[in-house]
Amino acid sequence: MPRPNRRLLLPVVTGLLFLGLWQGMHLYLSDDLRFLLPSPEMVWRAWEEHGALLLRATANTAQGALLGFSLAVAVSAGLSLLLSLSASVRSSLYPYLMALQMTPLPILAPICVIWVGAGLRSVALLTFVIAFFPLVVNTTQGLIATDRNLVELFQLYRARRWQQLLLLRIPAALPYFFTGLRIAATISPIGAVVAEMNAGSSAGDGGGLGFQAVIFASQAKYAALFATAATTCLLGFALNAAVLALSWSALHAWHDAYERTDR
Amino acid sequence: MSPSPAVELQAVAKRFGDGPPILEDISLRAQPGEMVSVLGPSGCGKSTLLRLIAGLTPASAGSLRVEGRPAGDPAASVAFVFQEATLLPWLSVRANVEVPLRLGGAAAVDRASTSSRLLGLVGLGNRGDAYPRQLSGGQRMRVSLARALSLSPRLLLLDEPFGALDEMTRERLNEELLALQGAGGWTGFFVTHSVAEAVFLSHRILILSAHPGRLHKEVPVPLPHPRTAETRLQPDYLLLVAQVSRQLRAVSPAG
Repeated sequence: MPRPNRRLLLPVVTGLLFLGLWQGMHLYLSDDLRFLLPSPEMVWRAWEEHGALLLRATANTAQGALLGFSLAVAVSAGLSLLLSLSASVRSSLYPYLMALQMTPLPILAPICVIWVGAGLRSVALLTFVIAFFPLVVNTTQGLIATDRNLVELFQLYRARRWQQLLLLRIPAALPYFFTGLRIAATISPIGAVVAEMNAGSSAGDGGGLGFQAVIFASQAKYAALFATAATTCLLGFALNAAVLALSWSALHAWHDAYERTDR
Repeated sequence: MSPSPAVELQAVAKRFGDGPPILEDISLRAQPGEMVSVLGPSGCGKSTLLRLIAGLTPASAGSLRVEGRPAGDPAASVAFVFQEATLLPWLSVRANVEVPLRLGGAAAVDRASTSSRLLGLVGLGNRGDAYPRQLSGGQRMRVSLARALSLSPRLLLLDEPFGALDEMTRERLNEELLALQGAGGWTGFFVTHSVAEAVFLSHRILILSAHPGRLHKEVPVPLPHPRTAETRLQPDYLLLVAQVSRQLRAVSPAG
């Protein structure tokens, strides 16, 4: 089976090339400028020094990110059902949903802090704000884009509204929902970190990744900052992997995106 | 006191909104157990005619009755087969066949026995657990047929169901469809582009002209039943195909 092997090998190869290029650029800089681009090795050493702290921070940030993400999934599911009811509902609500999405987090952050207090609650709320828009847009689109022939088929057999929703519209919307879920999973950790920089840390001692980033920046510990960035990515990758697994288990049996290539 | 005709249309017209008339002054009737094919150039309203009979869209004028009741009446026993198989891709083949029963609230046991019987009937007895994407186009259409038959309809409306299939599969499905019709005794309305298919399947062929769609000609098909692959080699059959083709060409725009 050459295919799966290659699919695992390719990102490793590009990763190694990238590290080599990075190291080369670091060496190319004159001694007094090397602090601008710490070498991979320096980042690794910063990780060794601050790793425990960063992992604790990741756990704290994960709390805010997951809480906001879950809230976004729950609220967007209900809101999408409402929006799928009619075009008038959509035109009445969409502009304001978009307005919410377009407001930068640093502006919303102090408002959230006044409303729900600094820390975990604010971080979760801000993560919710940034994660729920792609979910609402995709899920709503999925709920209204049902194949017209299938809708007529259900009409012909006098399906009740709830039957049409449960047996037809919701399953047909699943692939769209998972697209939204993947985007939300990618931006939730980013939202949480930005929120932490503006509205206090998620929870617990040592603060979250956003808090750590602020500290390292103020101490000019650039290698540690790179290590923080990498750790944040890990959180995003983990969330993404979870969503991909969920999506695979829900769709692989029937959806064309998972069609076997040997057919 | 003859029973009411399976389908009866009187001076039916259809237009969408302020648009041009799609169908005009269509009067026809079909007797129970009759197979009627509808032929006509593109845009003659063949599909609209079926949708009217199904009650999926209301007529603009005229009267439309199915078994003596207005079209779209909840008591009507009508099934529709679309151009595409229109299966639910997330359901197994068996579950797809059971959809109409499920919507009607049938018990699981009855659903299972009906779907097993029908899948056997269309030659897919061993594919019940497969998903639609694992089937060929012809197999999907068979599932669609089985689903249409699941409520034992007395009227089956078929909108170019085999148009996307290759010639061999289409011919085989024509033969299977006739066998199913012979066994089920339902009335069939079959819209198609294929003259050969119309002649093979029908007791009677309706030829529509376009813009607006009007009934141009009615052609009876007196070929004996049962019809098999052999029928297609008979001179009578070939002659009818030629005649109907000529009629159809008379109403089709050049090009």
